[in-house]
Amino acid sequence: MRQAVQMFVHQLRIEQKVFWRNRESAIFIFIFPLMLLLLLGSVYSGTIKIGHTEYKAANVLLAGMIGYGVANTAFSGLAISLVVRRESGILKRLRSTPLPPATYLASVLTSTLAVFVLQTVALFAIGRTLFGTPLPGHFPSLILALLLGAASFAGLGLAAAALIRSDEGASAIVTVIVLPMAFLSGSFGSTHRYPGFLRGIGDVLPLKHYLDIVQGIYLAGDEIWSKPAAVGIVAAWGVGGIAVAARYFGWEPRER
Amino acid sequence: MSAIEVRDLRKAYDGVEAVRGISFTVERGEVFGLLGPNGAGKTTTVEILEGYRSRDAGDVTVLDHDPQRPGREFRERIGVVLQQSEIWPNLTVREVHLAFAGYYASPRDADEVIEIVGLGEKSRARVKTLSGGQKRRLDFGISLIGDPDLVFLDEPTTGFDPAARRSAWEMIRSLRDLGKTIVLTTHYLDEAQNLADRVAVIQRGVIIRTGTPAELIGDSLTTEIRYRSGGEDVVVETETPTVVLAELTARAVADGTELEGLEVRRPTLEDVYLDLVDEPAAEADS
Repeated sequence: MRQAVQMFVHQLRIEQKVFWRNRESAIFIFIFPLMLLLLLGSVYSGTIKIGHTEYKAANVLLAGMIGYGVANTAFSGLAISLVVRRESGILKRLRSTPLPPATYLASVLTSTLAVFVLQTVALFAIGRTLFGTPLPGHFPSLILALLLGAASFAGLGLAAAALIRSDEGASAIVTVIVLPMAFLSGSFGSTHRYPGFLRGIGDVLPLKHYLDIVQGIYLAGDEIWSKPAAVGIVAAWGVGGIAVAARYFGWEPRER
Repeated sequence: MSAIEVRDLRKAYDGVEAVRGISFTVERGEVFGLLGPNGAGKTTTVEILEGYRSRDAGDVTVLDHDPQRPGREFRERIGVVLQQSEIWPNLTVREVHLAFAGYYASPRDADEVIEIVGLGEKSRARVKTLSGGQKRRLDFGISLIGDPDLVFLDEPTTGFDPAARRSAWEMIRSLRDLGKTIVLTTHYLDEAQNLADRVAVIQRGVIIRTGTPAELIGDSLTTEIRYRSGGEDVVVETETPTVVLAELTARAVADGTELEGLEVRRPTLEDVYLDLVDEPAAEADS
């Protein structure tokens, strides 16, 4: 057991080093949502209507970026890095060592979570300093919501990594998934003016419901358990993702 | 107990048999070469031994383990150099060695391994800045870091320039000097001839010959004598080179002429090998 923990910590350190040393991933995964908050926060002012309530625009955008951030980090970032590692043979190489696959996966997921947590803290800090957004309350609910989102999107990220065949196409594919999803789910502003069919698509996507939970907690002062349906949908997507990954994920390069 | 024992190993992909009943034994401390053209079944065989693939039939024992159920203990004792694979490009040579050292219960000292594979000066360089040959050294280093008893090298010098190949060979010899058992696959004859204690020639999923390189060459009796006469190349293949050569030179001396470009060649493993892998092909064609 002690050995397993040591190995986990060892691999977690490696994962963090590998992530931050790679400038492309650090910028694309970590910085991009922060940049978007800066841009959108500078453009929008006044209020944004969610449901029947008007909220300060900056607050809504901050919540939206927390949603976009989880999709970007836990879904895109995880999927791209796993596909690249599989196709370049890193996963196959690791497989021949005594490092247990479960320990490896646990450290990869924890590393992803660490990046997302840091990103969320940075988002709150930027919002607070530049746009006067309030610091969050309801901490237990907020943390549970963030964990739920990270877990669910990481599950979907594993599924995407299992289904994407080539490392060259990986970042294009996940971008084509994430950007429209973020738009349809209201990451970049309220969706209440969207045509019905676009909102209809958004309604089945996990990001929409995750945002619903985060907005409820951050904007309206709800708790996570105020929205059991949304929690159920987000969790169901994650479970579905894990099931697909368990069925199709492989450690060896596909393209050869 | 031998390091590896394989009895009647079979493996098919989608109904096509890649390995069709092969048997061989690798003794501890020897360098064993699996030699064959591309697609002969070398990599499939080695990946079964490494624990990557299941087998359809046959008995396989690697270091007293069944590689089909590779446990931690098994992985502690093998080192693997894959045909092609990369490693984290943004870590340094030393960081990569330390990373892999962390996976093993009693690893070798990272700096020592880096010296063994000749990357001492590149210790602090990032992997992405290494040349192809240096990356291969890194692969060797990683495969050694757990201090394995058995090292698998799958086509370790494919795509190398001659200088890089020579230095890779040096490294493989130094592995043998460390007392490691080495299984080497290659489609280069000179590589097998230079490195392997024993060679199995594999063709279309079956082993068609096994022995030391000298034995395999010894199987073939002809010697080739070449010279130029009247501007044309003459090639004599003979099983009695001494007699033929004596006659040729006696005649030339008597005529007061020179045998231009005289050359006497013993067959290399390459000739033997090309003969061997040609035969079944010729049969199949006829």
